[in-house]
Amino acid sequence: MNEFVETILSLQWQDPKPTYDVVIVGGGGHGLSAAYHLAARHGITNVAVLEANYIGSGNSGRNTTIIRSNYGIPESVRFYQHSVDLYNQLETETGCWIMHATKGLMWLVHTETGMRAERARSLVNTACGTETVMISPEEAKALCPQLDLSGGGRYPVRGGSYHPGGATARHDRVVWAYAQGAMQRGVHVHQHTPVIDLLRDGDRVTGVMTPNGPISAGMVMSAVGGKVTQLAAMAGVRLPVRTHPLQAFVTNGYAQGLGPIVSSTELLTYVSQTARGQLLMGAEFEPQPTYSMQTSFQTLANVSSKVAYLLPFTRNLRVLRQWTGICDVSADFSPIMGGTGVDGFCITTGWGTWGFKAIPASGEQMAQYIATGDTPPLIAPFALSRFAADHPMADQGSTGTR
Amino acid sequence: MLTIACPNCGERGVDEYRFGGELPTVPDSVTDPGERNVDYLWFFDNVAGPSTERWFHDGGCRRWFTVQRDTLSDRIIGDRIVNG
Repeated sequence: MNEFVETILSLQWQDPKPTYDVVIVGGGGHGLSAAYHLAARHGITNVAVLEANYIGSGNSGRNTTIIRSNYGIPESVRFYQHSVDLYNQLETETGCWIMHATKGLMWLVHTETGMRAERARSLVNTACGTETVMISPEEAKALCPQLDLSGGGRYPVRGGSYHPGGATARHDRVVWAYAQGAMQRGVHVHQHTPVIDLLRDGDRVTGVMTPNGPISAGMVMSAVGGKVTQLAAMAGVRLPVRTHPLQAFVTNGYAQGLGPIVSSTELLTYVSQTARGQLLMGAEFEPQPTYSMQTSFQTLANVSSKVAYLLPFTRNLRVLRQWTGICDVSADFSPIMGGTGVDGFCITTGWGTWGFKAIPASGEQMAQYIATGDTPPLIAPFALSRFAADHPMADQGSTGTR
Repeated sequence: MLTIACPNCGERGVDEYRFGGELPTVPDSVTDPGERNVDYLWFFDNVAGPSTERWFHDGGCRRWFTVQRDTLSDRIIGDRIVNG
């Protein structure tokens, strides 16, 4: 956290205690949201959030900030719609401005196969309480006049689905809102405190080891991003997760004019305009897993050429910044939440490239799991045990990857 | 960009290749045959460090081979193919 940020927030930093009821590993959106909900909804305030770097320095600070619920399977649609609802009321609930803006999300389609997939998506969404409608190329053009419907002659737009609930929010401010809400209620947040081992009594996890000494805990929750496999291994838990890097970049500022979030299911790119006018672009993650956060010119060239087919005006823009996050991509492209089979150790992971939109719901549901000991029905389908039960929640098409 | 020396075609960029996944290993600590199957099918070592993995030279000779890659730096380790 830099000094400027601290002037707009009221964060009370505390010295670590030797023992807490709950220790949350990972001070990103998911970890801080769980801490906030433990304190605000369940009155559990003897909680510590341990962050290896500064809060929001991992994938919470590297994502493309899109909030949506147009998923392809009923369990996911219900879960993400709940998260969209929580985002809509987050500013009222926490009193923090997160720069939330509902813009609508357009998924453009270039093939008949893609049209079938989007028709199926809009039907599943409608049945599960999320609004997603099919649109013609002309309707797409009316929503976003900058579109080239011929796709540069190469990717003609055949139609698409439109999800009016699609939104964006300022990612740092979401992290800060939950951090402030949690710390005002007595939660401790310790930055620059990596977890180097888990304390165990037999199979049970009883706390964490940090460079400053051990901290014991009644429950340890992992809200770790890309390096989750290593943390879970300390508890003897194996995960269906691979760590893939995802790159994104922003252009220079441009007058506000791009209305909805524009994405293409077949080109696997997405574009939105940030509050300060920069165009934020991203694409699918790199195919080979790596923990390296190197960016590449190939990705920049690849994504910007695809975007320029659909939005020709972007040819005149300059790229300001490019960055990489390392994503915990699950084997079935759905998240993993709840118990791990090891006493005292629960987990929220598998967030891959779709974690930002789920920060409120994941934190709320994990807090309920920790407070009550029972898995809430909304996240029960996403338990780690689903793989052994042969019930994977396959929904790759909804995640913008292939 | 990651470059990989194909045993047949020589050094090429990663965009010519398709990633085939790490060689699946099941820890000896998993003893139940059913659990071993679940582990083999779903779980990954996801190593942070040297990873032994399969690659397919999609845009070249179209053959599979096995190499070691350091996942921390995203670089191939050594110049030897583990096996063809």
